[in-house]
Amino acid sequence: MAAQMDGATAILTVEGLEALLQAIQAHGYRTIGPILQDQAILYGDVSSTNDLPRGWTDEQDGGRYRLMRRGDDALFGYSVGPHSWKKYLHAPKLRLWTAERRGDDISVAPEPQPDDRLAFIGVRACEIRAIEIQDRTLVGDLYADPHYKALRERALIVAVNCGQAGGTCFCASMQAGPRVKQGFDIALTELLDGDEHLFLVETGSDEGRVLMASIAHRAASEDEIEAAEGVIERTESSMGRDMRSDDLNELLMSNLEHPRWDEVATRCLTCANCTLVCPTCFCTSVEDVSDLTGERAERWRRWDSCFTMDFSYIHGGSVRASAKSRYRQWMTHKLATWIDQFGSSGCVGCGRCITWCPVGIDITEEVRAIRGCDASAEEPQ
Amino acid sequence: MARIRPKLALWKFASCDGCQLSLLDCEDELLTVAGEVEIAYFLEATRATVEGPYDLSLVEGSVTTPHDAMRIQEIRKKSRLLMTIGACATSGGIQALRNFADVREYAAIVYARPDYIQTLATSTAIAEHVKVDFELRGCPISTRQLVEVISAFLAGRKPQTPPHSVCVECKIAGNLCVMVGHGTPCLGPVTHAGCGALCPSYNRGCYGCYGPMETPNAPSLSAWLSKLGMDDDALKRVYRTFNANADAFRKESERHEG
Repeated sequence: MAAQMDGATAILTVEGLEALLQAIQAHGYRTIGPILQDQAILYGDVSSTNDLPRGWTDEQDGGRYRLMRRGDDALFGYSVGPHSWKKYLHAPKLRLWTAERRGDDISVAPEPQPDDRLAFIGVRACEIRAIEIQDRTLVGDLYADPHYKALRERALIVAVNCGQAGGTCFCASMQAGPRVKQGFDIALTELLDGDEHLFLVETGSDEGRVLMASIAHRAASEDEIEAAEGVIERTESSMGRDMRSDDLNELLMSNLEHPRWDEVATRCLTCANCTLVCPTCFCTSVEDVSDLTGERAERWRRWDSCFTMDFSYIHGGSVRASAKSRYRQWMTHKLATWIDQFGSSGCVGCGRCITWCPVGIDITEEVRAIRGCDASAEEPQ
Repeated sequence: MARIRPKLALWKFASCDGCQLSLLDCEDELLTVAGEVEIAYFLEATRATVEGPYDLSLVEGSVTTPHDAMRIQEIRKKSRLLMTIGACATSGGIQALRNFADVREYAAIVYARPDYIQTLATSTAIAEHVKVDFELRGCPISTRQLVEVISAFLAGRKPQTPPHSVCVECKIAGNLCVMVGHGTPCLGPVTHAGCGALCPSYNRGCYGCYGPMETPNAPSLSAWLSKLGMDDDALKRVYRTFNANADAFRKESERHEG
């Protein structure tokens, strides 16, 4: 029953989506997607559609995330959670090499490159944009990160057009979503209408087309294509946050001594959560460890953050000793100097830094305050 | 092959012994430790002692008596490197609660003959008395970090004990943030890493066992904790546990004193 898929749209039922997941696994992929864990939607291994958070959604605001029941059985009816795909592509901890001493000989063995084939299920538009930004940073220059490259080149992306915007979402402001436009193998739009539960499918690569050709599906009707458009438009018009983004480089760089930096520093915990949940932040530290006997040493790389003192420590002390300077560094890099450095903004408007800041610092509010049109600027918290 | 091993001593001050037990708890590494260093003074492990000077002194516990205050001076004199282990030695420990009260009143309640008790009005960190070369945090310390610090000492390198927040450990572990996700009060954002985010990994808030992180902003965290329902008394108490006398925690608890 397999039809040709040449950029055309198809329809899958929930059973059809299950068949797609099984086909992806049969192609040798480890399937990873949203799962319900610890009262949140995190990313983990999913072996079937039964592992997806069916009928769950979330409520998000600055410093607040709560899981809630939906009135339907949607499989992708929530916004992005605390995890992002960088957890897999740019691992939180990675051994780089191991050295061993035998007598006077020292041998150094680099960590083998991974050969896992990862299939990411349920990747949102902002997340695809984030992966593209990390591609630019981690493999887009003379010195490529071989671990990232190996995983990224083999990764399969099954994207989802968001059916709703979260309370801290502003991808529309950053031109990063909610519509999935590129960078996917297969893109889904979940259609829920009464008892009907369907997925409109677009293919974006040869591998996506091969996968779709291997499972039963039917062509989408005009009404279904229109319904899917409606889903995306509704999401786009219901963003929880917004941020004017066309002039951020000039705005921030001409306001490096704005009093708002001092004000936000009174609230900022310098805990680093914003950078660690950010899907584009890429900074790491390298640590060397040796064992008790001195016969074995290892070099590890782990996620680090411009909010830690060690990160900007050069001889004599930390370059950015104050919370003000560290918050300013993060925000101006993310929104302004990233453009000079990599040719695009470092922000995709996913809202994670707002939701997962333990004290709810809101990057969109900070920009508004610096712009000078925020009535609450003098009244923090 | 005879070789000279560095001499290690372990000294106890006012403490529960949990941190020195962490050395015995090293289990898999214990025999290697004993092979790489000469355990010269460690009464909890062996009555046999070797005379100083010592290459590395590990000091557990806080200074709470006039005798302690003199003894730590002697220990410092015979130690090439002196490292404190645990919350008592680095901040004064839970017994530093006396610093916020009148210790004579406590003694009168606890002891039949309080006049037999010779004690100081305060419990203080070792670093308030002598120069300390390195402080290992925790209540108790982590065996993993203790082995790391001893390994670093033997290799003559800097130990990897990052002073950032517990949040970094949570995020590296992939933990859900219990404060954002569940509304559970958590001291993680102001607490020094090292435990591997033990409590949040089990969906509990952080209790601050490792004391303040490098740049703690406790007033901001407290403002948020009060939004989560903690009143001044609760806020005062949350900072007054094992690191009550650590500067940032002491100041913050005092801000919430009624």
